[in-house]
Amino acid sequence: MLILTSFFSEYGGQLLFKTWEHIYISLIAVLLGIIVAVPLGFILTRVPKIADKFMSLVGIIQTFPTLAVLAFFIPLLGIGKIPAIVALFLYSLLPILRNTYTGVQSLNKSLLEAGRGMGMTAWERICMVEFPLAIPVIMAGIRLSTVYLIGWATLAAYIGGGGLGDFIFDGLNLFKPEFILAGAIPTTILALITDFLLARLETKLTPKGIKTSAETA
Amino acid sequence: MLTFKNVSKVYEGGTKAVNNLNLEINKGEFIVFIGPSGCGKTTTMKMVNRLIDISDGEILIEGENIRNKDVVELRRSIGYVIQQIGLFPHMTIAENIALVPKLLKWPEKKRYERAKELLKLVNMDPEYLDRYPNELSGGQQQRIGVLRALAANPPLILMDEPFGALDPITKDNLQDEFKNLQQNLGKTIVFVTHDMDEAIKLADRIVIMRSGEIVQVGTPDEILRNPANEFVENFLGKHRLIGQRENLQTVEQIMYSDPSTITENETLSEAIKIMKDRRVDSLLVVDEENVLKGIIDLEMIDKNKRKNVTISQVMDTSFYTVKQHVLLRDTVHKILRNDMRYAPVVDEDNHLLGIITRASIVSIVYDSIWGDDSNTVLSV
Repeated sequence: MLILTSFFSEYGGQLLFKTWEHIYISLIAVLLGIIVAVPLGFILTRVPKIADKFMSLVGIIQTFPTLAVLAFFIPLLGIGKIPAIVALFLYSLLPILRNTYTGVQSLNKSLLEAGRGMGMTAWERICMVEFPLAIPVIMAGIRLSTVYLIGWATLAAYIGGGGLGDFIFDGLNLFKPEFILAGAIPTTILALITDFLLARLETKLTPKGIKTSAETA
Repeated sequence: MLTFKNVSKVYEGGTKAVNNLNLEINKGEFIVFIGPSGCGKTTTMKMVNRLIDISDGEILIEGENIRNKDVVELRRSIGYVIQQIGLFPHMTIAENIALVPKLLKWPEKKRYERAKELLKLVNMDPEYLDRYPNELSGGQQQRIGVLRALAANPPLILMDEPFGALDPITKDNLQDEFKNLQQNLGKTIVFVTHDMDEAIKLADRIVIMRSGEIVQVGTPDEILRNPANEFVENFLGKHRLIGQRENLQTVEQIMYSDPSTITENETLSEAIKIMKDRRVDSLLVVDEENVLKGIIDLEMIDKNKRKNVTISQVMDTSFYTVKQHVLLRDTVHKILRNDMRYAPVVDEDNHLLGIITRASIVSIVYDSIWGDDSNTVLSV
């Protein structure tokens, strides 16, 4: 207990700052991921022929070791937050993309047929039918992506991106386990809180009519 | 109002779904396209709202080629009902009904009022307006599906087997309801089905199709009376053709006019005696004026045989009768559907005239299949 208070009195400010940095890096990466992957997912449902190939390509990117990708961006973008965010952004794509694609793809085709037959434009079909109905699945992808990213963002420290990873790397270099814990525990807590909040958001965004159907089913 | 001129549809790969189809549909007409699967009926219908492109020929609505119209505007001006109902689960009933008005940018209040007004047409409570489709039964959902097609008041409505997925009773009710609605509102309907009973019940004119071509067009009566060829005959089915023979029109013509009867004041033992004499297991109970009162069968007698009662005390008074001038077609259908063994035939004042039994039906089926003119009619 004494160790804890002394640690906080010494590193408390830094811990808060690093946590903020951590959130900042992961959230920017996820937001970029959403902005790119959700529309891309919709586009892919329009061209199912190349969708599968594209999806496996993104899947391959996903398998690259995170550390290697981060290192790879150093010659291209230097060190600091920007290469870290870019790398994390690439990792956020797949779950969001895949969920958007399957979410929209698995919608009842008769609904789209009804929409088309009633004279909805392609855009109206997306906004009024496909998007609202696919929200639960898309949100699940975003949630998964964000939680992963918060974990992976610790690696950003390796290329000078900052965040809670700084503590972990310091701990490893200086053989100070308390530093490793100071990085790992807040990261885990952060991931859990984010998961919880996004789950709440998911329920909130799910349209009422399909919520009740999920409950009765 | 709707004209098909040499319309053809050839799919990639050369499959000809519709071949040189010509048809003129009048305003307010209820047209049913029917045929075996793959005959091109659905393709024909979907070409009208351009869900499927026309390969050759043209379709005109009120004289205007649909190809020259904006496709979105065209679809909004035509009602569309599909078999899978296709209500949007995330929208309330009101939103679902007033979807096309929303696309047409009606103000929200007007849309809600319209939904309310339409819901009244099918006798559904306005409280449903704010519910969601999954809270409704299948029949109610398809009622909403139909209302949705009516929302923007289109003169023409396309229906793709709309009642196909419903249970027989709901289906029957919805058909009646919809036929009434259509007649009151004066809509032109293009309806696709593979159910001949439905076609006969609803259609002003039936279009029978096979392999992308029209085989016969006519009112249900015309088609039943003069099927164009063997294909139509087979498609209609023998049992529907029975009642359509020129010389066999009403129940009176085939009924057995001397049914086994008993008067209501007789005793049970008298009833048993008559049954034994006439070799039947049930008797029609009449009064002195030959007015039908009830039915009694062996089972009822058996239950009461130890009691000293008259026929009128044990007879069954809830039974189904047919009037003498009723069309045979309807009666046959009813007897078969309700699984009745016989039905007494009465006149307007309920005087017993005769009886129609399953055996009588068998004999006319026999006649119509084998062409035998001998009118052997069996009795109860």
